[in-house]
Amino acid sequence: MKQTSPTASVPGEPAKPGTHGVGDRIFSGLAIGSGVFILALLAGVAIFLLIEAWPAITASSDEIPGGDGLVSYIAPLAFGTVLAATLAIILAVPMAVAVALFISHFAPRRVADTLSYLVDLLAAIPSIIYGLWGIAVLGPALVPLTEWLADNLGFIPFFEGPASTTGRTMLVAGVVLAVMILPIVSAVAREVFTQTPRGLQESALALGATRWEMIRMVVLPFGKSAVVAGSMLGLGRALGETMAVTIILSVSGGVTFNLISSDNPSTIAANIALDFPESSGLDINVLIASGLVLFAITLAVNMLARAVIERQKLDES
Amino acid sequence: MTAAAADPVPAKNGPTVRTTGVAKRIDVADLNIYYGAFLAVKDVTMRIQPNKVTALIGSSGCGKSTFLRSLNRMHELIPGASVEGSVLLDGRDIYSPSMDPVSVRRQIGMVFQSPNPFPTMSVYDNTAAGLKLNSKRMKRDQMDAIVEKALRGAHLWDEVKDRLDKPGSGLSGGQQQRLCIARATAVEPDVLLMDEPCSALDPIATLAIEDLIEELKQKFTIVIVTHNMQQAARASDITGFFNIGQSGDPGILIELDETDKIFSNPAHKETEDYVSGRFG
Amino acid sequence: MNPDPLIPFPEVGEADNLPESGPTDNRIPTWGPWVVVAGTAAVLGGLLALTAFNLALLIFGTVIISIFGIYLWARLIEGRRQAFDRAVTLGVTSLFALAMIPLVSLLYTVVSKGLSRIDAEFFTSSMRNVIGEGGGILHAAIGTFIITGLATLASVPVGIMAAVYLHEYGKGKLKRALTFFVDVMTGIPSIVAGLFAFALFAIFFGPGIRMGVMGSVALCVLMIPIVVRSTEEMLRIVPDGLREASYALGVSKWRTVAKVVLPTAMAGIVTGVMLAVARIIGETAPLLITTGAFSSVNLNPFSGRMDNLPVFTYNQYKNPGVPPEPYIDRAWAAALVLIAIVMVLFLVARFISRRYGTELRR
Repeated sequence: MKQTSPTASVPGEPAKPGTHGVGDRIFSGLAIGSGVFILALLAGVAIFLLIEAWPAITASSDEIPGGDGLVSYIAPLAFGTVLAATLAIILAVPMAVAVALFISHFAPRRVADTLSYLVDLLAAIPSIIYGLWGIAVLGPALVPLTEWLADNLGFIPFFEGPASTTGRTMLVAGVVLAVMILPIVSAVAREVFTQTPRGLQESALALGATRWEMIRMVVLPFGKSAVVAGSMLGLGRALGETMAVTIILSVSGGVTFNLISSDNPSTIAANIALDFPESSGLDINVLIASGLVLFAITLAVNMLARAVIERQKLDES
Repeated sequence: MTAAAADPVPAKNGPTVRTTGVAKRIDVADLNIYYGAFLAVKDVTMRIQPNKVTALIGSSGCGKSTFLRSLNRMHELIPGASVEGSVLLDGRDIYSPSMDPVSVRRQIGMVFQSPNPFPTMSVYDNTAAGLKLNSKRMKRDQMDAIVEKALRGAHLWDEVKDRLDKPGSGLSGGQQQRLCIARATAVEPDVLLMDEPCSALDPIATLAIEDLIEELKQKFTIVIVTHNMQQAARASDITGFFNIGQSGDPGILIELDETDKIFSNPAHKETEDYVSGRFG
Repeated sequence: MNPDPLIPFPEVGEADNLPESGPTDNRIPTWGPWVVVAGTAAVLGGLLALTAFNLALLIFGTVIISIFGIYLWARLIEGRRQAFDRAVTLGVTSLFALAMIPLVSLLYTVVSKGLSRIDAEFFTSSMRNVIGEGGGILHAAIGTFIITGLATLASVPVGIMAAVYLHEYGKGKLKRALTFFVDVMTGIPSIVAGLFAFALFAIFFGPGIRMGVMGSVALCVLMIPIVVRSTEEMLRIVPDGLREASYALGVSKWRTVAKVVLPTAMAGIVTGVMLAVARIIGETAPLLITTGAFSSVNLNPFSGRMDNLPVFTYNQYKNPGVPPEPYIDRAWAAALVLIAIVMVLFLVARFISRRYGTELRR
């Protein structure tokens, strides 16, 4: 007779003396129930958004704001969303790698802990406060720079100008988003940098490599896919970030690559936050439909990031 | 309230802690132990005598620890692990479907390789953990008596009596291991399994534990797995030798006999090679 | 690792790279880099002061010139590879400092602009019948407390039990699916969580519905995955030996988890929960579309609009009256209160993990 008991007193074993069988069943039931609840919640997010977006999806195109249908309503917003997030990721990734390296390999051990705490704090500051800071401090501070860019590099489409005098530009929004996602990217990178096998690092140093040569030969190759994955998590966050963009960006709605003028495309999230409180009827359904598009985009980016992380874990083992 | 009829702690009747007495024997018959489909230990049949110390020796990976863990149904906690055959505790099969693994472990206690006191608990709470975790209702002075008895029995009382409320993790390694022994004996099991209890300890702490084992067999049936042949020779009455053919093969029990005989005049060539250091 | 030569060893002609008499010779002293940076800053600052002073230009100029300076100095006495190493070190350090500028600037701005309205009235009155100056955040603070509190009360048990499932019980498809979707859930944009809560309630109560509890539902979607992740991380570092020790004492599985595993991980779990609260307490977007704004105290999360600190901050800033100054001041003061709350949560979390969480790290 062969008995297979994968866990102690699994539910379903014959009745046995004592009370812990019941306790075990209740406790594991609660645990499984919580897990199932979370899955149901996520499914609920998708289902309820779809239900409320449905009237907008099936509406005739002249009922949609703008009068050209849902796709041409959402397309410029999606463009603005991707533009702002791309700008943010381009600015944030090199900085984040430097920050991660500084904490893992350059800063003295005693302060490294405190420094990473400061970076984490950067991630916890509410986005609305970043928005306020962006419009009150960063925007005005960057006006001289954008004017200089418009005057001297105006032939590049990004800096076509005319430069905004208030600083409520795509460039400022991008910089603020970059600051907000920097801690996310650097946290993932830092984790892997510090896990670089000591043996590899020490053998490089023992061969006479300088610290930078060791980092370039051992640490960076080891952490490469972590940086990619972290960047994608950051991208996902930047795509969905709402309040900072809502406050900073002055919106006109067109599709343009000009980063420094006061005519900017809005983003999906900022558009919802701006219009939702004053909307009614089908307009609300249209906004929810745009939210569904945002949900789909961020879901795809995040799943891609997780796939990269998983593949790296497989490579390591 | 109590889990099994055979529960050895008569909670209501005060601390009737046994000082000597007949512990229980274990009869193992045709025991095969699996990890998933992999047969790790094959066809073990042996009798473990009451109130004796039985040492299990053998090279690494021969299955002696796996065998030990199957004696109190700890083995099956590993996902996919299973057992076939029978293990009788004084004639009752601990693997019978009506037997609850949790109550089996209350009768057959275990001490592990590295000391593992619960870090959130004091010395006192660690000693009483088996009772407290099972929410035994008990008067404070009864509990005190049991804790003192267990700590005295583990030769630890004099060292910790002034810091019973301090964390158990603050003790030295040897003290921690004796605390773990006190914790295992406080629930009054019939059998005490020890899985290389001294391998993380220095020689002095090791000798202290060996002295303790000698004394504990007055009350308990003891099975100890050890890497250290001197320890088996010093501390045990009966020794079993496990071996494997080559890696991938299951471990088997080669020989079980009086310790003196195993170390002076074993019946099998393999045993002789091993105890004389020619192999393993 | 790549097959290229690991180290660019000095070529024969580069004998000047090799120490001549001993490894301690020919080194830039430890204070060297500091002197280079300070010197550059002083000289450049002087030059700029003569023409047109610009802080940003001074900082960037100093960084770039010092990197070149330290490179040249090290190139002369330590060799090419050491020089590059020093340049990179200074460069990485500068980039880190650059990344910290927003934090410093932001904290300075919020504190300096917010302090003017930090007074007794600000904490003890609502915006009921307030036009122009005066008024306070009492109603918004109560709203934030209720909304965040409800979200925490719902998220923490679900999150912890789901983590217990994942680490102590889970196997097979359900475990893999849950792990994956919790990861996915951490990436849901907060505005989408808000839309979900709105859609959920709009179906039953119509599109005009605004309630405090809707905000809590939205925050739950954001908070649960954070709690699951951090709790699972903490359960992972509880040694298996403790579980085995408990089983070997004849303790059942659920008592082992509830009385040994969870208490051992408790400090870490509490830390994770506090950080999760810090993360959601400033969420604005989901509350903007679910709780609405309201100028008086509302204690009932199941009925009517309920103001809260983030939405209050947004509305004071975005829709000021005439003159706008009192509104803008209130926005900054509310932002200061929000940051203070987040900081306190962070510091307490850190204290807890330092003070009580050390047993496992050894």
